[in-house]
Amino acid sequence: MTGPIESTDEDLVRRLQSRDEAAFRELVRRYQSPLIAVARAHVSTRASAEEVVQETWLGVIKGIDRFEGRSSFKTWLFRIASNRAKTRGVKERRSVPFSSLGDDDGPAVDPDRFDNMGMWRSAPAEWGATPLDVLAGSETLAFVDETLGQLPETQRMVVILRDRQGWTSAEVCDALEITEANQRVLLHRGRSRVRAALERHLEREGAGA
Amino acid sequence: MRLPFLRDKKLMCQQMVELISDYIEGTLPKKIHQRVAAHLAMCDACPGYVEQLRATIALTGRLREDDIEPDMMDELLDVFRTWED
Repeated sequence: MTGPIESTDEDLVRRLQSRDEAAFRELVRRYQSPLIAVARAHVSTRASAEEVVQETWLGVIKGIDRFEGRSSFKTWLFRIASNRAKTRGVKERRSVPFSSLGDDDGPAVDPDRFDNMGMWRSAPAEWGATPLDVLAGSETLAFVDETLGQLPETQRMVVILRDRQGWTSAEVCDALEITEANQRVLLHRGRSRVRAALERHLEREGAGA
Repeated sequence: MRLPFLRDKKLMCQQMVELISDYIEGTLPKKIHQRVAAHLAMCDACPGYVEQLRATIALTGRLREDDIEPDMMDELLDVFRTWED
């Protein structure tokens, strides 16, 4: 890795407590996107989640001087967000509990890919032959991003927090208030869908080349 | 739940694909983990699936985060700048 070493949250919080605007910007940049994902678990629209996150940052400004670091900043921040989102979700009478798995229980891979013994008719292509740096060209990444956007909401949030944000499963379960078992199922389904979409996409690309 | 077929004696490729995410996570029960590993050692096709899923995870990890809307940032900075002790 090149470039300056990223400041820790602790450094940024100390700087924020002395009213450093750059530190505030950096914290917002760092957490805006996962905050929206977490808020989205409790409210009915994206716009509503964004409002919750705005309120959360205002809460941070108001409360940061009293923040004593007994829990991590991240835990504190996400607790503010999920409490606010929950209050708002109750007002919106959001009916579908996020913790449910939804009814999407399709197979990870199209059954036609297997013979009647359950063996692959033809092996999955070796993407590994392509260096990840080539595979990770902007066009492929844009496709992955788009596919994530089309996942059922619960799957999308779990995949984003785990695989894009790099959270641990415990952090995700805590923030979204779901069980470890549900977290695993949602992650499995979400990843499987993205893989399947990517496979079709790369086949099209390959055929077109 | 998702695992009743595992009572069957042989783990087929079509069942493997339902287990690979948990296999990568390391959250499968030990016996099932071992059976998945044994299948992967014997199968020509399934290791390719594992690699595809790992690549999928790696690609997701390379996505940029959504940038905050400039309007939202401006609004927050306005509040920040009028912050009073």
